[in-house]
Amino acid sequence: MSELASESVGSGAGMSHALVEIDDLKVHFPIKSGVLLNRTIGYVYAVDGVSLKIRRGETYGLVGESGCGKSTLGRGLLRLIEPTSGGITFDGTDVRALEGEQMRRFRRRIQMVFQDPLASLDPRQSVESLLVEGLKAHGLDRDKAAARQRLRSTLDSVGLPASALNKYPHEFSGGQRQRIGIARALVLGPELIVADEPVSALDVSIQAQVVNLLGDLQESLGLTYLVIAHDLAVVRHISDTIGVMYLGSLVEEADADRLYERPLHPYTRALLSAVPIPDPWVEDSRERILLTGDLPSPADPPSGCRFRTRCPWSQNRCAEDRPELRVFDDSGQRVACHFAEEILSGELLTAG
Amino acid sequence: MSGAGGITTLADHKRRRIDELTARTSEGGGVSLIRDAGRRLLRNPTAIVGAAIILLFLIIAIFAPLVAPHDPVQRFPELTRDLTVDSVPGASAGHPLGSDPLGRDFASRMIYGARQTLFVGVLATLIGLLFGVLLGAIAGAAGGWVDVLIMRVTDVMLALPSLLLAITLVALARESTQWTVIIAVAVVNVPIFARLLRGSMLAQRESDHVLAARALGVRRRDIVLRHMLPNSLTAVIVQATLTFAVAILDAAALSFLGLGDPDINRAEWGLMLGVDGVRYLEVRPELAYFPALAIILVALGFTLLGESMREALDPKNRR
Amino acid sequence: MPLLDVRELSVVFQRKGTKPFTAVDRVSFAVEPGETVGLVGESGCGKSVTSLAIMGLLPRRGNKVTGEVRFEDTDLLKLRPQDLRDRRGRDIGMIFQDPLSSLNPVIPLGLQVAEVLERHQGKTRQAALREARGLLDAVGIPDPARRLKEFPHQLSGGMRQRALIAIALACKPRLLIADEPTTALDVTVQAQILALLKELVDQSGTALVMITHDLGVVAGLCDTVNVLYAGRVVERAGRHALFGDPRHPYTHGLLQSVPRLDADRGGRLHQIRGSVNDNIPWSEGCAFAPRCDRVVDDCIGETVPLEPTSRGGALRCTNPVPQEVPA
Repeated sequence: MSELASESVGSGAGMSHALVEIDDLKVHFPIKSGVLLNRTIGYVYAVDGVSLKIRRGETYGLVGESGCGKSTLGRGLLRLIEPTSGGITFDGTDVRALEGEQMRRFRRRIQMVFQDPLASLDPRQSVESLLVEGLKAHGLDRDKAAARQRLRSTLDSVGLPASALNKYPHEFSGGQRQRIGIARALVLGPELIVADEPVSALDVSIQAQVVNLLGDLQESLGLTYLVIAHDLAVVRHISDTIGVMYLGSLVEEADADRLYERPLHPYTRALLSAVPIPDPWVEDSRERILLTGDLPSPADPPSGCRFRTRCPWSQNRCAEDRPELRVFDDSGQRVACHFAEEILSGELLTAG
Repeated sequence: MSGAGGITTLADHKRRRIDELTARTSEGGGVSLIRDAGRRLLRNPTAIVGAAIILLFLIIAIFAPLVAPHDPVQRFPELTRDLTVDSVPGASAGHPLGSDPLGRDFASRMIYGARQTLFVGVLATLIGLLFGVLLGAIAGAAGGWVDVLIMRVTDVMLALPSLLLAITLVALARESTQWTVIIAVAVVNVPIFARLLRGSMLAQRESDHVLAARALGVRRRDIVLRHMLPNSLTAVIVQATLTFAVAILDAAALSFLGLGDPDINRAEWGLMLGVDGVRYLEVRPELAYFPALAIILVALGFTLLGESMREALDPKNRR
Repeated sequence: MPLLDVRELSVVFQRKGTKPFTAVDRVSFAVEPGETVGLVGESGCGKSVTSLAIMGLLPRRGNKVTGEVRFEDTDLLKLRPQDLRDRRGRDIGMIFQDPLSSLNPVIPLGLQVAEVLERHQGKTRQAALREARGLLDAVGIPDPARRLKEFPHQLSGGMRQRALIAIALACKPRLLIADEPTTALDVTVQAQILALLKELVDQSGTALVMITHDLGVVAGLCDTVNVLYAGRVVERAGRHALFGDPRHPYTHGLLQSVPRLDADRGGRLHQIRGSVNDNIPWSEGCAFAPRCDRVVDDCIGETVPLEPTSRGGALRCTNPVPQEVPA
């Protein structure tokens, strides 16, 4: 394990070349009730204090199960959902301070790729008009010939022929649609792409095509990615750094190889052990950490550690004290668990 | 994404055969959603029947002077001669459907009635559509207190039974003309269109493709006009086709209640059914049957077309 | 004798004004008592239609089902609807992908489980409810007495799927058909459900037909795996043989294209070109030929037969991936 540490670049070490810095970001959705006067009777703590950094040129993978707030975090970063509090810094710019027209112009630099390519492409518009829309919004379509050239080269970079321009989204297969979605994100020349479940709606044989395409584009264009997905195997394949979310907070963050080799947080362990591996010999000999109980409601999270209600290692302290995401060792791995050391060394055993 | 490069051990004619068999997606295309829906509409027998009915009545309405055997307001001596309180002359030479209670040619009045009835139905629907779309679009795009205000107003309008609302409006008007009927029926439909459009605009606002446009930095105005509105209109347009039928029935009901145009020369099915049809139901039921049948047929035509449009425009049914 | 013997099962969808579409094309496979058989493939491969056809759950109009589905001695396709209904639930249980839409939202859970017992075993309401409690307990639903009175929307996705399994297993069927039972669930819940299914199958000796697109799910669960492509079985083998030594280029490509959690990272994934729509009809050769890396002249022209292999499976390929020679 230690020979890997020298190669891996710690992400928590406070590098100055972070492209994105998210600081204690919170997105709370009010729960309203009442007919005439909308009283707020509570909040859904979708994202509840997440801090992370994404370095320029890397792929940051955010994993977690449904309801953990990973998509909301991505949308909050783009301010498609307005965060409740916290800071977002992008290449030195305080994103949350941008207003109106400033924010609109700024959007060029961060783009998004969606899960369901059909739903995210307006069915009424041809591919050309879908792609040209972004150019228009930023005044890049004035030189028609140059704009057209740009569309063609963008399509080419995602592996679609120029003849696609006149067609409509429903005329393509799922994989091709996702290529269109990626082309739309690329056409403005962004620096960061937030990809929310970019392959999970696709057939298995198509997923590899899109994963490879994202990799190729990163290499040739120097893109930075924030990939949000539930499929840990896919995320591990494409990410440099992985953050694991549970119920609105980041519970662990590590270099992609390290996370698999040395998961520290009990939830990460359970998650890793649950991912099926297409290999019967491995499957026959694996030990699974089966979680009990249900995911608590993000409107009423448990006290202390959010994972304690399902954690096989849970102790009294976990109910009182909410563990902070702390740097575990000089590898830069961060974990939010009071007993990470004890669990790792085997001093603390599961209750069962 | 043609994979010709990877196929290395394949003779040329076999490769061509593969290309032939998988060619469907490679070239051509460019079929928009609307054209695709139109294509499916043409293949749907229900839509054809509905359209045929509407077209038939439209032709009759437009070419009424050519189709009708007589002037609809002219009283014929040979018909008035036999008129009594309890008998209206039936079919005779030159008058295929006989007379109305004033000695006018009933067939001609039925034909001119198509003109009047369709005019009222179509105009009432279009006016209702126009204002409904306007209100709904403002509510859906603006949100906030504007939305709340518009929605509360439509709530109040919807709380009243539609016919009652129309009757109130007609009663409020100083004198009753065909325009009061049209406007009354239009007003009744405004909240329906407004709510429908607002609802689907709200759904659009949360949709991924609107989110994508926002992420691109597209201006708010463009998002509303280019994405939210066009994608929401489908539902409203389908509703409008169905509303034609209801508007015709509503207008007929107003006439039936004696709240329509008082001009006795105007031929309108609702009026014909409501006044003469009811009064002479036992003596000569055809006076009620024919207008009723005509109203039902037109309404059916619009309903069939509307339903098949709904089906055709539903993206789930594509291919 | 196999418990379930599907022979030459075909399902052709025919809607007015459209070309007939063969969703399932002469699919044959057998399930021995207590065996777990997987049907694996991507969207449009016909795996779900196959399961619906076996259960007689396809809509009555708009399709034509041919072939034989022998369950013990009876051909399920020839049964009268009411006899088939008797079989369903009693001899064959079924679990679907979406547990919420498979449960009746306005009936308490307990009654839904009890109903099956009343209908098929003629139990009284009281006895059925008592047994339902035991069943919920057996599938790992905590506090079953309280859950009996709850409605489906009050349960989490995982609990609903457990409830559905309880219903499917209520009458101790000899065959259980599970159609993507974990696709809608989170991965930690999926692990729980798969563990539960495995345990129940091992304990009760129920045979299981597992329909899924997820190769990982199959690897840990199925004794025999059938890989479907464009409505036909292209490869059948025991799971160790299939995953260790896939012979069909499609199976091979699929296994290569999924990133593995335990493999070395980085580099490009193997990709299968084109999409599942880029087929040629089976009558014209191998449907997979346009996407295949190993395509040769013989793949095009006439249909490729499914032939038995030396290792007890079957293979439909003219130019299979060479078998790994043991060193």
